[in-house]
Order: sequence, then C-alpha cells, then structure tokens
Amino acid sequence: MSNASTLERVSAKAAKSITSSEAFQNHLESLENAPKWLIDLKTEQWEQFSSLPMPTPKSEAWRFARTGNLSLDKYQLSSDLTPSEIEDAQKNSHLIESYSGKMVFANDQLVEKKEATASLSQAGLIWAPLAKAINEHGSLLRKFLLTFTPDLGSEKFQALHGALFSNGSFLYVPVGMEVTLPFVAYHEICGHGAAVFPHTLIIADAGAKVHLVDIFQSTGANTKNFACGMASIFAGAGAQVSYQAIQEWNLETLSFHLNSVSAERDADVQTVTVNLGSHQTRSEQHTCLSGPGSNVDNFSLSVPTGNQEVDQRTLQTHKAPSCRSNMLYKNALMDDSRTIFSGLIKVEESAQQTDAYQTNRNLLLNGSAEANSLPGLEILANDVKCSHGATTGELDKEQLYYLLARGITRKKAEELLVFGFFEEVFSHLENDELREHLNSWIGKKFHVDPPTGNPVTNS
Amino acid sequence: MSSLDIRNLEIHVEGKPIVKDFTLNVPKGEVHALMGPNGSGKSTLAKALAGHEDYQIVAGEASLNGQNILKMEVDEIARAGLFMAFQYPSEIPGVSIANFIRAALTARLADNEELDAARYYRRLYEKMDLLKIDRKFTARSVNEGFSGGEKKRCEILQMAMLQPHFAIMDETDSGLDIDALKIVSHGVNTMRGPDLGILLITHYQRLLDYIVPDKVHVMWDGRIVRSGGKELALELEEKGYDWVKEEVAVV
Ligand SMILES: Nc1ncnc2c1ncn2[C@@H]1O[C@H](COP(=O)(O)OP(=O)(O)O)[C@@H](O)[C@H]1O
Ligand SMILES: [Mg+2]
Repeated sequence: MSNASTLERVSAKAAKSITSSEAFQNHLESLENAPKWLIDLKTEQWEQFSSLPMPTPKSEAWRFARTGNLSLDKYQLSSDLTPSEIEDAQKNSHLIESYSGKMVFANDQLVEKKEATASLSQAGLIWAPLAKAINEHGSLLRKFLLTFTPDLGSEKFQALHGALFSNGSFLYVPVGMEVTLPFVAYHEICGHGAAVFPHTLIIADAGAKVHLVDIFQSTGANTKNFACGMASIFAGAGAQVSYQAIQEWNLETLSFHLNSVSAERDADVQTVTVNLGSHQTRSEQHTCLSGPGSNVDNFSLSVPTGNQEVDQRTLQTHKAPSCRSNMLYKNALMDDSRTIFSGLIKVEESAQQTDAYQTNRNLLLNGSAEANSLPGLEILANDVKCSHGATTGELDKEQLYYLLARGITRKKAEELLVFGFFEEVFSHLENDELREHLNSWIGKKFHVDPPTGNPVTNS
Repeated sequence: MSSLDIRNLEIHVEGKPIVKDFTLNVPKGEVHALMGPNGSGKSTLAKALAGHEDYQIVAGEASLNGQNILKMEVDEIARAGLFMAFQYPSEIPGVSIANFIRAALTARLADNEELDAARYYRRLYEKMDLLKIDRKFTARSVNEGFSGGEKKRCEILQMAMLQPHFAIMDETDSGLDIDALKIVSHGVNTMRGPDLGILLITHYQRLLDYIVPDKVHVMWDGRIVRSGGKELALELEEKGYDWVKEEVAVV
C-alpha cells in the first residue's frame, strides 16, 4: 500500500463519523439505483436512530453490561478498498471448502462470489448479494427485510443498521428444494475505524431445506472497528433451516449481532452461534414460534478471555400451539472476562402444548471471571412444559481426578474437560471443516493444542 | 522389587482414621483378593493409593516396584503403572471414550513419539470385542448415561488398553449380572500373567469363582485381620463376616 493512498483514505474517512447526517446522506447517494421504498425505509430508520437514546447503566435491558464504550463517533463507513485489503479478505476466506455457494465481503463490499449451481438457480434458488437482490428481487425481499428485529434493548443500533446497511447475503430457497452443502458468507473488516453492517436474510419456502454459515473476521489484529450485523431467518411451513454464525472479529472490535428466527407451521430451525472475538459483543436472539408444530433450537458457545465481554439477550416467543423451542447458551470464561445471559420465554395464551427450554451454563476457568445470569419466564397459556435454568461453576474436581488417575497430565485433563463442556454445542455444527478450525482457534485462545479429531466409528 | 508394597499405612478422611496400620504386599504376577464388609475402608485404601486428595496418608509407606508413590502426583502414579478400576467411575460429558483413552496413552509416550491412529483403533476394537462392548461406544461420552455394568466394563477396557503393572479393582463385580460378570472375568483373566499384579476388592465371594485369587485378605475396621489361600473366601461365604468379627474380638 503506497503512502499516498493511505493518506487519501484517512482523510476521506476522517470527515464523516457514522453518527453524522452527512455520513447518512453520502450513504444514500452511494446506493446505486436504490428503489424509493428502500430510501424511505432507510430514512425512517435513520430518524429512529437519531431520536433513540444511548443505553445507560440504568437501562434495564443493559443490566450488568458495560455501557461506557458504546460511543460510535470514532467509526466511519469505509470508502474504497485497497488491492491488498481485498487480497487479505479473500485469503481469510477458506475455512469451508465444500459449499453450495460462497460470498466474501470486505467492509460490506462484495469481493468474491461463488454462484450456486445452474440447476439450483434454474429451479428458483436465489443466492445473491443483498445490494443486487434489492434491485432484482425487490418485491419478494421487501416483504421480509427488517420486518422482524429482535428489539431486546439495542433498538438504537438496530435502527443504525437499518439506515446504513448496504450488503450481505440473500438466500431464497423455493418450495420443496433441499440443498445439502452449506452456503458460506465471509464478512471481513479492514482498516482502522471502519464500520460494517453485514446483513443476512434467509427465506426458506415451504418444505425447503438449507444450511448457511456466516463467518465474521478482521483482516488485521489491531484495527479498532465497529460491526453491527443482523441475520434474519424466515422458515416457511415445514422448512428446515440450519444457520451458524462464527464471530471472530479482532479484539479491538465493538460488535452487535441482532438476530431473529421466525418459524411457520412445522418448520424446524437450528442456529449455532460461536463468540470468540470482539472486546465487547452484544448478541441478541429473538425466536418466534409463529406456526403450530414448529421447532427451534438456538445453541451458543462463547469463550471470552482477557477482559472481553459477551452480552447475550434472548427471547423465545410462542405464538402458536404445539411448538418446541430450546435455547442452550454455554460460556467458558477465562481471565477477567465477563458474560451476561438474560433470557425470557414468553408463551402467549393461544400457545397451548408448548415445550420451551432455556439453559445457560457457565464454566469459570478463572476466579476473577464473571458470569451473570437472568433467566425468565412469562406464561399465559395453561398447558405448557417450560424450564429455565442457569448454572455457574468451575471444572468438576472428581472428573478432573478421574482423568488424572488415568495418567493424563493436569493441563491436558483440563483441556479435555473444557472441550467436553463445548461438545454439547459443537456437536450441532454439522460441519467437520468448521469444527476443526474452531478447535484450533479456541486452542490458541487457551494456549493449548486443540484436541485430536473426533473418532470415526468404522464398525 | 516388583510388587505393590504397602506398610503400616494410616489414612484419614476428614480428620478421622479410616485405614489403620495396614500392611500388604502384592507381588507382580499374583492376584490378591481384599474382602471385607461395607465401610471397612477398602475404597479408602484404593483411592488413597491412587492419590485422591480427600484421603490423607498420615503414616506408613507405599511403593510400586520400589518407587515411593506417596510423593507422586495423581497422574504420575498412574503413569508409574498403577491402574485403579473405580467402584464409582465418574461421568465425563463431551469427552468420547476414544479420545479419552487416546489421551491417556499419549500421556505415556515420549515428547517426540506419536500414537499410530490406525493401530490404536485396531487395538481398541479388539479389546472392546473381547469385553463385548459395542464399537459405537467409542464415540460416546465416558460413562455418561451408562448402566452400572457398562461403566465397569469400560473400566476394564481402559485397563486392557493401558496395560498397567498393577491394578486395583474396586468392587468391579457390583452392578454386574452373571453374564456381564463372566465377560469381565474373562477379560481380566486374559490379562493375567507374570507382568500384572492385581488387588481385587470385593465383598462377595462370587467374583472369586471366576477370577481365582492367589491369596485372600480380610479387612475389618481399617486393617487386615486375616490372610489365607482361596479357601478363605469360601469359609467367609459360609460363616459370614460376623465370624471374623468374633475372632477379632477374641484377639
Ligand atoms: N470421601 C469421604 N468422605 C467422608 N467419609 C468417607 C469418605 N470416603 C469414605 N468415608 C468413610 O470411610 C469409611 C470407609 O468407607 P469405604 O472406604 O468406602 O469402605 P468400603 O469401600 O470398605 O465399603 C466409611 O465410614 C465411610 O463413610
Ligand atoms: Mg467400597
């Protein structure tokens, strides 16, 4: 990268913080052929952002969370990428090599795309960058875009996302189509001060079956960045959707991931969220069982080290009868890290025969780490099975003794127990390539060797 | 000296003496049975020898092939060649049997050595077949959701894989039905030989019909009160532990 281009980029960015209306105007102008409905939507979102207050330590929805570092004035929408940034982003994006389609975004700009096969596209599947899909599939997409936001305390950031998002992945799977290999989207942040607003929109039509993986990473280890992403899943009647989000932003990043799942009649959705990066991340998940017989599992694993904070807010809304939802959030905390889990199960009057579970398990690997838990239930129906529970503890002494008594060294024994703790979430990753990368990333965080691969049972 | 040698051992639990002036020598190649009623201190002895921190050894000596094991860490004792088949094995969620045993074997290798995965699985399956454990168990979490009998078989599987010099088997027969007892005994008998010494803890003589001991010791209130050949187990079975109790009272 030449000095001249660095200077130019810095001066171009320095002018407009993402909180300034100038930045918003520039963003609108930068959208090519944007339809009027999008401009209206974004303008409305910008107004909301501007009018909503910042969270304070007193905000109930931010209980236990750090609110001192949320100022957004130092972040800008990035202008053009340098060739080396594009190259870095592409190099970073090879974690899963068996896929149905792939997109790589660097600062919300598409830098690489692997199309879905012609036979899938001809049968009606759409795998497109959101910016393009807005123009080409506007009438379909509009019915879903930003219609279901989690609203769990980050409304201001949600609105900023709505105002400033420009790209992401759009996946539409037509009635009855089943796609086995995952679609993979990589979202990379490059350069100091860059803000990104990655958006993922999955629409699985009736009976469709699909799997998408989002991977969030930084190309540099030390750039200070802001990421505010949103992933919305709409599962039609009988659709099966599996979604995985791996959050590996660098440790200087402030991030928000504001996700929602809507499940229609008999739909089956499973999500797995893994939080490794960010100095502070806010993860919101709103799951709505909107059609009878639907089933949703939300799994999450967070492994904070240093003084990272992982702030998790969840809501399971049961609107229809005979649905099942299950939320399992596991956190393994090292050093002085902190986690917050605040979850609510809401069962509406009409949602009889509900099965709803919510579990938060925290493993404290260091005495000065801090795990906060706020589980909750609000049940208006009378025929329901609900449970919620939170546990916080250290490694089990008897289990550790058992491993030592087999001659395994203390360090290796602790590592086996920690990875054993993860397994309940890892077993749902459904992707061996991803699993291996996660093992090695987490191993590095703990300064340990990753465990050897899962056994193959060849009987 | 190839033996498990225990001399005048006194073990306290929560400050209370449980094992008192306990002396026993099990030479390599022999199987000794340690019998005694519930609460006599058999498991306390076993766990203390295997380095459990809840059991304080306040006096005496214990060595394995001449090496003092009282100064060793739990994992060092195991690597020195002492295997403990627990009466109540722990459940380890999320750690598969295959990974667990592999880690235990790897811990016994030198830094520059590596376990040959293919050979490892071949041996593992061979031992599982011997103990009639379904091969699918390799992927299951250690002891999690196992029946009592499955747990005991899994202990013996680990013993077969780790090939210790000495094994203490604590009530391996409890929780086993007669078929499982035969399978486990057969497994243990195939391991018997000049390179393995076994201390077989039980309070039923039934197990000793299948694993015939070289010597039998009777423990009462923290000590060995009687030692003899395998006939002693039959005598005990016939007369019950009260017989020993009366004898002790006389002494
Ligand atoms: N971890 C422990 N904490 C407290 N007491 C114990 C513990 N382990 C054993 N004891 C006590 O020591 C005595 C001997 O128990 P144990 O060694 O289990 O006997 P056995 O195995 O012969 O049945 C019992 O009175 C028991 O209650
Ligand atoms: Mg016992």
